[in-house]
Amino acid sequence: MRTYIRLLLITFILGIAPCAVLAASTPRTTIVEALLADTEARKIELISSLAGEGDEAIKPLLSAWREDALFIYESPSGTPVPVLLTGEKDDNDARAALRVDTGAALVDAAGKPVRLVAADLTAVEHTSTLRRAMKGVLDLIDVTDPDFKKRIQAIQTIGFAQENDKLPALKKRLVLERDAQVLRSLREAIAVTELKDPNESTRLAALGELKSLHSLSSYDLIRTAMREAESSGAKSVAAAAKSALVAIDNHKTNINFVGTLFRGLSLGSILLIVAIGLAITFGLMGVINMAHGEMIAVGAYTTYLVENIFGSGITIPFFGFSLSIPGIHATGWFYQTYFIFALPLSFLAAAVVGIGLERSIIRFLYRRPLESLLATWGVSLLLQQGLKLMFGSNNVQVSSPNYLSGNWTVNDIIFGWNRVFVIGFAGLIVFGVWLILTKTPLGLLIRAVMQNRNMASCMGVRTERVNMLTFGLGSGLAGLAGAFISQIGNVGPSLGQNYIVDCFMTVVVGGVGNLAGTIYSALGIGLVDQSLQQILLNPVLGKILVLVAIILFLQWRPSGLFVTRSRNLDD
Amino acid sequence: MPSFSIRHKVELIAVGVIALFFIVIFPLLNAHGMVSNFTINLWGKYLCYALLAISVDLLWGYTGLLSLGQALFFSLGGYMMGMYLMRMIGDLGQYKKPIPDFLVFLGWTELPTFWKPFASFPFAATMILLLPGVLALVFGFLAFRSRVKGVYFSILTQALTYGASLMFFRNDMLMGGNNGFTDFKFILGHDLREAATQRGLFIATAVVLLVVYVVLRLLSHTKFGLVQRAIRDGENRVLFSGYATAHFKLFIFLVAALIAAIGGALYVPQVGIINPSEMTPDKSLEAVVWCAVGGRATLVGPIIGAIGVNSLKSWASRAAPDYWLVILGGLFVVVVLLLPGGIVSIPSRLKALWQRFSKKPDEKPDEPTPAPAPESPAAVTAPESKPAA
Repeated sequence: MRTYIRLLLITFILGIAPCAVLAASTPRTTIVEALLADTEARKIELISSLAGEGDEAIKPLLSAWREDALFIYESPSGTPVPVLLTGEKDDNDARAALRVDTGAALVDAAGKPVRLVAADLTAVEHTSTLRRAMKGVLDLIDVTDPDFKKRIQAIQTIGFAQENDKLPALKKRLVLERDAQVLRSLREAIAVTELKDPNESTRLAALGELKSLHSLSSYDLIRTAMREAESSGAKSVAAAAKSALVAIDNHKTNINFVGTLFRGLSLGSILLIVAIGLAITFGLMGVINMAHGEMIAVGAYTTYLVENIFGSGITIPFFGFSLSIPGIHATGWFYQTYFIFALPLSFLAAAVVGIGLERSIIRFLYRRPLESLLATWGVSLLLQQGLKLMFGSNNVQVSSPNYLSGNWTVNDIIFGWNRVFVIGFAGLIVFGVWLILTKTPLGLLIRAVMQNRNMASCMGVRTERVNMLTFGLGSGLAGLAGAFISQIGNVGPSLGQNYIVDCFMTVVVGGVGNLAGTIYSALGIGLVDQSLQQILLNPVLGKILVLVAIILFLQWRPSGLFVTRSRNLDD
Repeated sequence: MPSFSIRHKVELIAVGVIALFFIVIFPLLNAHGMVSNFTINLWGKYLCYALLAISVDLLWGYTGLLSLGQALFFSLGGYMMGMYLMRMIGDLGQYKKPIPDFLVFLGWTELPTFWKPFASFPFAATMILLLPGVLALVFGFLAFRSRVKGVYFSILTQALTYGASLMFFRNDMLMGGNNGFTDFKFILGHDLREAATQRGLFIATAVVLLVVYVVLRLLSHTKFGLVQRAIRDGENRVLFSGYATAHFKLFIFLVAALIAAIGGALYVPQVGIINPSEMTPDKSLEAVVWCAVGGRATLVGPIIGAIGVNSLKSWASRAAPDYWLVILGGLFVVVVLLLPGGIVSIPSRLKALWQRFSKKPDEKPDEPTPAPAPESPAAVTAPESKPAA
């Protein structure tokens, strides 16, 4: 019997012990202990031990302490229980009480919540040194935030304040931290703080650290440190600071270079995506489709529609009628897939509009290219106004699915996901177009008709149908481009106007009738444009210079980069 | 002058009567209050547009060069006039400073150097011709030397005007940026807000239009005019016959630019504002619409087109502002597809129809007049006889 009792006791102790240990180590209990501690030194020690801890309870409790909302309640059994009084005062001046150690409501023996009056309780005192210790803990609290972005922000804020007393906490965190980005900013913050260190060797080490980190944000602080070192005659520190600055400058140049390259590539890809449809309708078919830009807009608005159908639905006023499309209220990952559905639909929508345009207008104008320019401009006005009447003249908001927003920072160079995606997709589209044109029966017919319409017709090719399909393909590609544009730029009725001149330039520079030329010219124009912007620091001026450069380039090579050789004088 | 046929006499009389009406009678009616100031101002604007349309027609209708950059020359002329008018405001602007308001706004205390000579009207008048002229010469020289033609010429001119509009939209161009020039007060010492000044400007515009019309009419009957049209119909043949087609084209491009620039210079004091949106590619295309609707390869066509389409615009933008672009776009599609000769070709078409109808009146009396099939008239009147490239 005794052994049983002993065993029971042991199990009880073993069971309770971990709980007790846990209880002892939680910040709440630490605070309780500090509240009840006798000496101020002990209180400060306990509070300071919280620095670098990441518990949600710390912030409200310490704030409450500083704001005199914590009290000691003498329980009927005589043990002091620290409580937090919250809520509105009732008629008896009593307020709801929460236990500090558990965060739960204080209950009496019957289990009913107790309401207490502040005047009956002992208020917890706090001296100025205690308050300073609490502030130190509160300042560091965000360093332990579960969100790594908030952590980085907090660490940077602390680091750039350059306060020496924060160093121990930062160093403590350095051991605990697992995230590489946060670690980097921790090292940066520690080094930046150490720049203020009176010890010369510490400063040298800190500068070395900053140099190896290529810390862009500490540039100004290093410069200040350098000036101070120069004025105080610390030559080695000044030299180290200088070399750190040079290293950071080099790093900056590299970032700008790679960044420009990336932006140029992504702009080139956008140009390529919007121009490849035109390379087919204009380059291969010889139709000047001024409504090409509106095909892009049709694609972008289709994406907008699909997004709304996945969301809460949309009502479109349509020439006096009102067309209401219900939404399927998708959420989560299913909602995010809307873009996948939007891609083929944008292609189809623009292709249908394009085929309608070809059947109704362009087929009468194949022999009159200048007039097809004018007629399609008329169509572009019609479509623009149509979009304006249907969707309003303001830009609409198309939200990006989360796999397209966000970015990817490598070595301080920011790669936006949507841009990376555009570059990848441009490659895919080019590959797809190449497949269609060279590996399918339709592609064979397209090339045959574009080379010699009459001969193809004699061989039994239904040229009318091929024309229609080719134009549909070109327009559909424009629609696909619109889907991407909706993720990158604004979507409005005059969206197409922003791209039409660029599209024509790209195709003309590349050489009409040559898809490879379009690829080279799109990427080339993209890179030149972004480089000029980087050099001149002025986007508009850069764009103007690109236009001038294109005009001059066409003096040198009037038929573009790649010339389709022909014996025809009028070609 | 060759012997007058009856047709020429009719034309001469018609032009004389219309010119008399616009230059003398219309302003007189205005002076006596029978035509409102608003109307005469509106018509002054239309006549400026007619100058722009003629310049498009000279290139497109007569030479086969579809320039989408005529609005650029029009606005450059306008801007040069605008600079003179801005200087004439003196210190009567919002800020009561001797320099234009937008410069004060940009933080300038003194006039930039290139603004200084514009206080003199002769200088401004020279610049109205010089700047667009030089630009047309340089651009035309480059374009025609490397034998840019057809659609490529259109796209290049479009890029030119697009680039220029981007440039003028910039504030540090010191040409008023987005807002351009406005709030003009005086021209040659006359108050622009007075009816008499506006009347004078109207008469000047009408006279210029008449002169342009007469000169181009005479030019089109010379050998030069023939070469011009031959270039349109078969440039290579003209080239092989020993004509330097590039020089002809360059000269015509220059003349067209100057006509457009003068039109723009007359436009600005009558409308009271000039800003970069006047030189966007859209405006050029609109001028091409006027020309196409009126009837290209004629001189009356663009004038009728400019006045007609703009009256329609004035009406539509009041009556149905939402549908104005639909009307314009639709008009364009219809004209290009069904009426390539424009409004001026309607009488001859009706005549042809009437002849067909009256020839066999007893054979098919009940059959309705056949609507012109889209292809047939297009093929008959298509100016480009060469096969599509």
